[in-house]
Amino acid sequence: MSVIPAELSYTTSHEWVSVEGDTYTIGLTDFAQDALGDLVFVNLPMEGDEVVAGEAFADVESVKAVSDVFSPVTGTVVQINEDLLDAPEAINEDPYGAWLVRVEEVSEVGDLLDADAYEAHCAQEA
Amino acid sequence: MKLLFERSVAGRKQTIFPDLDVPEATFDETLVRQSAPRLPQMAEVDLGRHYTELAKQTHGVNDGFYPLGSCTMKYNPRVNEQVAALPGFADIHPLQPEETVQGCLGAMHELEGMLAEICGMDAMTLQPAAGAHGEYTGLLLIRAHHLANGDTGRTKIIVPDSAHGTNPASAVMAGFTVVSVPSDAQGGVDLDALRAAVGPDTAGLMLTNPNTLGLFDPNIVEICQIIHEAGGLCYYDGANLNAVMGHARPGDMGFDCVHVNLHKTFSTPHGGGGPGSGPVGCKAFLAPYLPNPRVVERPDGTLAFSCSEQSVGKVRSFYGNFLVAVRALAYILTLGREGIPEASASAVLNANYLAHFLAEAGYALPYGERCMHEFVIDVGPLKAETGVSAMDVAKRLLDFGVHPPTMYFPLIVHEALMAEPTETESRETLDEFVGLMTGILKEAHEDGERLHSAPFTCPIGRPDEVKAARKPHVRYEFDEEG
Repeated sequence: MSVIPAELSYTTSHEWVSVEGDTYTIGLTDFAQDALGDLVFVNLPMEGDEVVAGEAFADVESVKAVSDVFSPVTGTVVQINEDLLDAPEAINEDPYGAWLVRVEEVSEVGDLLDADAYEAHCAQEA
Repeated sequence: MKLLFERSVAGRKQTIFPDLDVPEATFDETLVRQSAPRLPQMAEVDLGRHYTELAKQTHGVNDGFYPLGSCTMKYNPRVNEQVAALPGFADIHPLQPEETVQGCLGAMHELEGMLAEICGMDAMTLQPAAGAHGEYTGLLLIRAHHLANGDTGRTKIIVPDSAHGTNPASAVMAGFTVVSVPSDAQGGVDLDALRAAVGPDTAGLMLTNPNTLGLFDPNIVEICQIIHEAGGLCYYDGANLNAVMGHARPGDMGFDCVHVNLHKTFSTPHGGGGPGSGPVGCKAFLAPYLPNPRVVERPDGTLAFSCSEQSVGKVRSFYGNFLVAVRALAYILTLGREGIPEASASAVLNANYLAHFLAEAGYALPYGERCMHEFVIDVGPLKAETGVSAMDVAKRLLDFGVHPPTMYFPLIVHEALMAEPTETESRETLDEFVGLMTGILKEAHEDGERLHSAPFTCPIGRPDEVKAARKPHVRYEFDEEG
């Protein structure tokens, strides 16, 4: 059973979002990291890049496959978690600590699930 | 085994150089290196043994069965090699005047014509050096077409979720963004999802048919129509052409351009990294954009290179991997008009034979027993029951001198083993494989735990792929610096 913190919001494509003021922090869920397996590479956008809700903004590579990471919001990247570039395993070890990007100037938020709805979604996919 | 540097002995060398019979040149001191390069020091015999030892640890079609799905590991007939070694093909220079290489231009022209006929296209280029290179070239044609029409808003390429990973990668390389569409329950393109995905920003669709599940999409004509009505073009990934050559043509299905893999479908060598060859074909309206130069026939019947001003430019030096093209021409001429469709029919028959008996042995086939040239086994149910994964089954096959099927692909089947026997395997070989797979199934039920450490007879069993990817160690570390 994967960990799904109650205070976060989720996408059906397995990203988590936390909101503090105007800042949206985005990462990959425990379910996602478990399905992907050991990550060996993370490709992040640049600070200042525009991201669009529902479109890929980053990709992660495991020994099995490369997978896109989709943005839950439309906005501007203000910070990226550079530590992940050298240590992608942090996402496997601590998915809710290892955030990918922080986005501000958000103009649109895509469809998000609360923890209960996301848990039901994961149960369906498992 | 020992590395070259570990075999090195200071001062040992193979010095059978002829006497220097040209004046010795002197170079400016700044251009001359200060210390000798640290190269392994060894005799030719040591070097030869090192590489022979490495070669013995590899597996090729000449060693045994190689049912690697979507790779079409068919046997490469020796006659191809004989033809490619003819001095008129092998001992030429790419900058020779056209009139001195008319035979070579003729071989290129003839092969282009035959591939165009097999694909239902009007023009071909032999320049791309591999399949993904062909995809990239084909996408450049699509882009050039839209730009020539002033259609600058067509920036998206639609790719089904069962596609080869190279498709989205090539689309991004060619400057497009990728839109993924899901498969339906039968493994084909979900038409509703496709209709929802197309629009004024659609540049085109990339599709492999039959797809990576070994299924021919019955809606192919409608799929191409949906794309065309939206103003996009259709690109056929020829990775699985071996299933349909001489029976169905991408051009007749509605595709506008295509690449073929000579190293898959047309029996040129695969191993050792190639060289591959991914000729690209297109309908007449895209032909002006093909890479320069192209072989054309002059009014007097001689052949020459010709350049188009609208061309996307060169995608490779000179004319592609020419001697690989010669091998493919030899193959097509050997099989002829009757042999080409028969090869595909046998490839499909072999795959169905294998699928049937593996299903009978107890393996799960998520999309049924009927397939084209390849099929996907789902090891998921076996894993749930015994803990034995697709990886374990694949590793165990190595013990029996068989190359495993493609693992964990396509991604839509989580514990996938994708098998493609090709037409060049005998019924006996297929039966032997069924026997091995049946034995592994029995082992999984009796002692699944043991299979987690297979293979038991190979020099290397389970390399740490995660460590190799995260911390690759690719430089020899000398004992002392200096």
